[in-house]
Amino acid sequence: MNMKVNLAGVTLNNPVMTASGTFGSGEEYSELVDLNRLGAVVTKGVANIPWAGNPTPRIAETYGGMINAIGLQNPGMDVFIKRDIPFLKKYDTKIIVNVCGKTTEDYIEVVERLSDEPVDMLEINISCPNVKEGGIAFGQDPKAVEAITREVKKYAKQPVIMKLSPNVTDITVMAKAAEAGGADVLSMINTLTGMKIDVNRRTFAVANKTGGLSGPAIKPIAVRMVYQAACAVKIPIIGMGGIMTAEDALEFILAGATAVSVGTANFVNPYATTEIIAGIEDYMLKYQVENISELIGAVR
Amino acid sequence: MGKIKITASVASQVMLADGVYSMWIDAKEITDQSMPGQFISVYTGDSSKLLPRPISICETDREKGLLRIVYRIAGKGTDEFSRYQTGDPVIIMGPLGNGFPLEAGISEKKALLIGGGIGIPPMLELAKNLSCTKQMVLGYRDELFLNEEFLPYGDTFLATESGTAGTKGNVMDAIREHGLQSDVIFACGPTPMLKSLRAYALEHHIECYLSLEEKMACGIGACLACVCKSSEKDDHSMVHNKRVCKDGPVFKAEEVEF
Repeated sequence: MNMKVNLAGVTLNNPVMTASGTFGSGEEYSELVDLNRLGAVVTKGVANIPWAGNPTPRIAETYGGMINAIGLQNPGMDVFIKRDIPFLKKYDTKIIVNVCGKTTEDYIEVVERLSDEPVDMLEINISCPNVKEGGIAFGQDPKAVEAITREVKKYAKQPVIMKLSPNVTDITVMAKAAEAGGADVLSMINTLTGMKIDVNRRTFAVANKTGGLSGPAIKPIAVRMVYQAACAVKIPIIGMGGIMTAEDALEFILAGATAVSVGTANFVNPYATTEIIAGIEDYMLKYQVENISELIGAVR
Repeated sequence: MGKIKITASVASQVMLADGVYSMWIDAKEITDQSMPGQFISVYTGDSSKLLPRPISICETDREKGLLRIVYRIAGKGTDEFSRYQTGDPVIIMGPLGNGFPLEAGISEKKALLIGGGIGIPPMLELAKNLSCTKQMVLGYRDELFLNEEFLPYGDTFLATESGTAGTKGNVMDAIREHGLQSDVIFACGPTPMLKSLRAYALEHHIECYLSLEEKMACGIGACLACVCKSSEKDDHSMVHNKRVCKDGPVFKAEEVEF
């Protein structure tokens, strides 16, 4: 049975990785999860300088989901490179660094700095709904998506994953724009912009007023968008959005995702990633699937 | 061994006051490792509610492998917990956070343990484990709970907002009324209480440890939801933020700002 998948020349031991922002750089979860079992660890977004993030409360639970507005708090690339990359290198997993910035120059600075680091891929976050500048500002205009992809590709030594926002009218337009700019892989979806009101305190549940909705509540939207994008572009897709179980992961794979990311589920069950890997194995045994590639985009 | 998520079972549960419950949980793997001031994440059995509820450890019985939580019903999750019966499964992860530094309350020192409302429970395990002389100050809105369980460990002073027991007012009013002196303060309670205690301790140069609360998701330091403002640049975050769940919940008063 072969669970290995290929993303732009990088071979993952299995298609299950962590979703950026839900797993730190793996250190905290390593007490609970064997990181060697993961296809890849996708790190929390890293910027050129430390970011303080948003005021608290930063999260709120919603029905079947949660809203977060962390605001991309991160220690900056210097500390990340010194502390987090050596930590992850101790494990037999792939390292995917999520890169965030406020301007194109910010993104380029991080991408250039990482070019000589032992990092397997870069995931460019142009879809964070919780920061005013950068992030989503790049992700909602196809011209901007194509332009920043092209710029990043000029400087990147590793394959480039563009992380798309679902907060758009037509996801295929954004997927094609990233592909046109030279993206090697797409990851989708980031969170959907949401809001929760605390009726007792008569205020917003998160201090940022709006935040990104994640969790099983958004999964059908994510599966639909992955399917649409997979039909529209030739580059591989990493699917995510509310994956809690192996069955959820398989939905994304059958819809056209080559790999999947597990995010909010880590908060519900820290063992979610490894349980999903085991569940996919069980499914392949049950249905006598020799190679996971037989499942990718099998539903058309 | 380190922190672990397990399906434990409820050993017993009783209501202590209106909306306040005491649950003993059979969880040897967690009990064995826990320190006063640490907490556990309690997961609901309802898949529409994703996030665990962080609840402080009130007491442990190491011989029997039991740990106790005392919590207030604050929403649908804690309401579900309150209906658990003896033998029911309860999904928990722990022990989490740093806990109170027991070495700060040794030998000839005189400690003041201050709890406000649902911040009172973790002070009980601390009272049991601190070797120095202790006095307790417990603040309530109205109805008392747990107060009698502190009596074996030292003088216990009460404050109620309603004035039904002890000093009318808050814990600061009780401290002033009784002229309570101390070398070290340990406290857990609502933010306004911690804020006044911080100011009081800094003004009087008293060593002071505060246990904070914030909305949490992962409970282990990865998601950065539950940060508090730190006085110095934190060497993990590289900004003025510390993680309540991992770097705390207990902080030295000078470390944090409100």
